[in-house]
Amino acid sequence: MKQYAYFPGCSAEATAVGLGLSVLAIAKPLDIELIELEDWTCCGSTPYGSLAGEEAILVAARNLALAEKTGLDLVTPCSSCYVTLNKADIKLKDHPQLMTRVNEALATANLEYRAHLRVRHLVDVLLNDVTPEVIASKVKRKLNGLKVAPYYGCQLVRPHYGTDDTEFPHSLDRLVESLGAEAVPFPLKARCCGGALIISEEAIALDLIRKLLENALENGAQCIATPCPLCQTNLDAYQAKVNGKFKTNYQLPVLFITQLVGLALDIAPASLGLDTNIVSPGEVLDYLYNPITYITTH
Amino acid sequence: MQSFVAEVAATPGGEKIRACIQCGVCTGSCPMAMEMEYPPRKIIAMIRAGMRDEVLSSSSMWHCLSCYMCTVRCPRDVKPTELAHALESLANQHGFRVKGTRTPIMYRSFVSSIMGNGRVHEFGMMLRFYLSIMPDLLMRPLAAIRMLPLGLKLWLHRRMPLVPDRVKGRKDLSKIVKKFREVSSR
Repeated sequence: MKQYAYFPGCSAEATAVGLGLSVLAIAKPLDIELIELEDWTCCGSTPYGSLAGEEAILVAARNLALAEKTGLDLVTPCSSCYVTLNKADIKLKDHPQLMTRVNEALATANLEYRAHLRVRHLVDVLLNDVTPEVIASKVKRKLNGLKVAPYYGCQLVRPHYGTDDTEFPHSLDRLVESLGAEAVPFPLKARCCGGALIISEEAIALDLIRKLLENALENGAQCIATPCPLCQTNLDAYQAKVNGKFKTNYQLPVLFITQLVGLALDIAPASLGLDTNIVSPGEVLDYLYNPITYITTH
Repeated sequence: MQSFVAEVAATPGGEKIRACIQCGVCTGSCPMAMEMEYPPRKIIAMIRAGMRDEVLSSSSMWHCLSCYMCTVRCPRDVKPTELAHALESLANQHGFRVKGTRTPIMYRSFVSSIMGNGRVHEFGMMLRFYLSIMPDLLMRPLAAIRMLPLGLKLWLHRRMPLVPDRVKGRKDLSKIVKKFREVSSR
């Protein structure tokens, strides 16, 4: 069983609790062990970096230093943590003088960072370590051609810390197909949902969300699947607001990709936190578990 | 006194500003360009023209979504996303008061939440954010009331814990930040 140091990120325990729960639920059946980094703190995310660039690198570096001590790869399911931690690692390698100051500060907490760490996204681990072939062999309940729009969002593929294409990526499509589902064409699959600006510039972000929902639906999607906690929250929790603002009537379930993997592994929906999804995933569950109900209602 | 372009180039994220050839791919790729007073290509031209006050008091960079589309398309590797973060950092550090955006207030609420708890407590962050924009909200009480159903829905779905999870590491965090400010000001 391959081991990883695990960095859930703040939202996996709150607004994106469905992500946190489903990641832990699928790890064991997929033969990976995620050892939560002890006493991790927030990566700093975009806000810290925007208010104080150098200090934000230090805040991320505390976690990098903790992870380096484990000798394992650091894995996070959060796209924003993934970018923030990778960016800090690269900046520290590029600027030895900054590295010295950061280490001087870390020393007050008995920590040191030597930049011998690999920061990875959970999707990268599923794709390149576990592999879609092995996932397919472990599937207990094929998703029967469920039409899924794989939504990458931005920071899984940009700026570019992985290997996938930055504008027309395909990694999630492969993951979706390995579950027996169908990845529908989704031209906006790597376009922005508005991110954290949903809080401060709601009107603009709602328009971006509307375009994504519309694009997924016009390609026949029965649900959207994404790894990103912020994308999921925007598309799911704000869907009612989109409907209010644009007089639409969207009811499109938005699942975490890990919830979808969990369903295919036949893990109970409650253990995957599917009760925390705001737009009810009921139709997806009917399609999988109660085909007769599904057919009579469609 | 150093020029504005040199100041930006010395700020983390602004290093590549001189490489820009003003091709405009950044602006053409930006989902927020239409909302910006000065879209990315223009703001780079303004920095190089030394328009410090106009740039640092503008709301433009605060509209950046950090989607990194400009960054992956830029033929000169200028990294306009990081440049936006550098400009935000400079504006914040020099106390520029920015009109026409609530993003700086939201970012500050976010960072206070990290420093207080060690991790982001979303409910506390939102509360702080709404208290900070209260005068504005009192002018538009309906907008404030419209936020309630969403908050309630998140709470009912176990997605908005009311009590923060204050981790031990927050003390380390304060310690290292204090020391970092000390060594950086030497």
